[in-house]
Amino acid sequence: MYARAPDAGPHSQHPLDDGTGHPAAAPAARAVLSVAGLRKSYSQVVAVQGVSFDVHRREVVGLLGPNGAGKTTTINIVLGVLSPTAGSVHIGGVDLAVDRARALALANFSAVYAPLPGNLTVTENLRFFGLVYGIPQLGRRVGELLRQFDLERLRDTKCGLLSSGEQTRVALAKAVLNQPRLLLLDEPTASLDPAAAQTIRARIRSLAVDTDCGILWTSHNMYEVEAVCDRVLFLSHGRILLAGDPRRLPREHGVATLEELFIRLAREPLTEPLERAG
Amino acid sequence: MRLKPVAAILLRQFYLIRGSPVRSLPMFAWVAIDIVVWGFITRYLNSMAAGRFNYVPSLLGAVLLWDFFTRIMQGVSTAFLEDVWSRNFLNLFATPLTIAEYILGLVITSVGTSAVGLVVMLVLATAVFGLSFFSLGALLVPFLLVLFGFGVALGILASALVLRLGPASEWLVWPLPALLSPFVGVFYPLATLPRWMQGVGHLLPPSYVFEGMRAVLAGQPFSPASLAVGAAIAALDILLAGYFFARVFRYAIRTGLLARYSAESAA
Repeated sequence: MYARAPDAGPHSQHPLDDGTGHPAAAPAARAVLSVAGLRKSYSQVVAVQGVSFDVHRREVVGLLGPNGAGKTTTINIVLGVLSPTAGSVHIGGVDLAVDRARALALANFSAVYAPLPGNLTVTENLRFFGLVYGIPQLGRRVGELLRQFDLERLRDTKCGLLSSGEQTRVALAKAVLNQPRLLLLDEPTASLDPAAAQTIRARIRSLAVDTDCGILWTSHNMYEVEAVCDRVLFLSHGRILLAGDPRRLPREHGVATLEELFIRLAREPLTEPLERAG
Repeated sequence: MRLKPVAAILLRQFYLIRGSPVRSLPMFAWVAIDIVVWGFITRYLNSMAAGRFNYVPSLLGAVLLWDFFTRIMQGVSTAFLEDVWSRNFLNLFATPLTIAEYILGLVITSVGTSAVGLVVMLVLATAVFGLSFFSLGALLVPFLLVLFGFGVALGILASALVLRLGPASEWLVWPLPALLSPFVGVFYPLATLPRWMQGVGHLLPPSYVFEGMRAVLAGQPFSPASLAVGAAIAALDILLAGYFFARVFRYAIRTGLLARYSAESAA
C-alpha cells in the first residue's frame, strides 16, 4: 500500500531538492503555478482533495493517474473553468479567484478534448485567439507561429479538415500565442502516431527551455512521461499519492518501470478511506 | 473592459459569415420574404378597403419593426450558439475574456447582422410597396432603439437559457419572439386583448412601440412619456438579462457544467 505523499507543494520539501539534478531555488520565487489545498466536491462525491503542488519555470511536470483520478478536474480548476470548493490557485503570483483575467492572461492550454473551432481556418483561429489575449503585433506573431509549427501551407485550411497531427500542431501554436508563463497540456499526443508524437514531444520540451515557461502535462504514455517530464505527480482518488523524478521513482518503489508503478498505484487502495463530502 | 477581446468576438463572426453563404443568406432572405408576403397582403387589403384605409404603414410597418426586433434577438443568440455548435466554451473561457466583453461582442455582432436585414427590408418595403416612414418622422429612431434594447435583452436571456439547459434547448429559444407577439399588439391595439394579456403586454417594451406607432399613423396624440416607460423597461431588461447570464455562468463554473458542456451532460 502506498501512503499519500505528505505534500507536493511549496510548503514541504520539494522533489527538486532530492538530488534529481534540478536547481533547488526557493519554490515560491520560481513558481509559475502554485496550487494549495485544492478540493472539489460534487454533492456527495469528492473529485480532488488536499491537492497542493508547484510548477516552476522551465520545468515540465507530469500529472499522472488512472481515469477518474482527478487530473482533468485539477486542470479545469487551474484554467478557471471550474471553481474549487476550497483551496487556491496562483498563476505567476496572481490569485485566480481574485483576478481571473490577469491570471489567465499568463496561462494557456491545449487539450485533445478541446479542439479549436473546425469552421475557422488555421490563421483565423490564431488571429481570433490572439485578439482575445490582446497580443501586440498580432500579424507578425501569427506568421512566426505558422513557421515555427510548420503550418504555413495549411494557413487557409479549416481546422476541421486537418489530420490529428496537424490539429495538435495548431492547438500548440494557439497555446503559445501569448508566450504563457504556464502551459497546460492535457494528453497533447493522444491520437498521434509515434513519429508525430516524438516530434511534438521534442517541440514541447524545447518550449519549456526556450520560452522560460512551466508546463503541466498529463499523459497515459509512461514512456513519454519519462522522456519529457522533470517531475511527476501521481494522482489517485483525487489525491496526490507520490511525487518525484520519473526516472528514479520506479527503482525507489521496487518496480522496473514507471508503467509498472502506475499500474500498481492505480490498483492499490489508499491507506485511509476516501473521504466523502458531508 | 478591453476592446481587443470584444473585437475578437466580432472578428470570429465576420470570419464565419464571410466563409459561409448559409450564414449570410438568412441575414436578409427571411426578412425579405416576410416583407414580400405582407406587402402583397396589404395590397390586397387596400384593394378591399377601396381607398378608405391604407394598410401599408400600419401592417407592413409593424412587420418591418417586428422583424427588426427578432433579428436583433436572434443575432445575439445565434452568435452565442456558434460557440455551442463548435464546442468552443473551454477554449473561450479559459482565456482572459470577461463575460462583459463576451456579451458586448455578441451585441455588436447582432447590430451588424441586423443592420443588413433592416436595410433590405426598408429598400423592399419603400421601393416595391410604397411604405414611407415619413409619417413617423424622427420617432422612428426611438422606436428602433427600444426594440433594439429589448431584442438585446431577450438574446442574452436566450443565451443564458442555452448555457444553463444545454445545447438541445436552442429549440426553446427560437420561438421566443413568436411567444411574445400576441402580448405586444404588433397588429392590433392592446385594448383588444383580455385584461390579463394587457397586463403582460405592459411589461414588454415592444407594446409601447406598436401602440405609439399606431397612434402617430392614425393622427392621434402620441405620449412620449409612454415610450420613455418602454425604453426604461428595455434598459432594465438588459441589466436583468446580463445579471442572469452572469449568474448562470457562475453556476456553470461552480458545477462543472462549462467544463463538460455537451448535450449529454448539461441536461
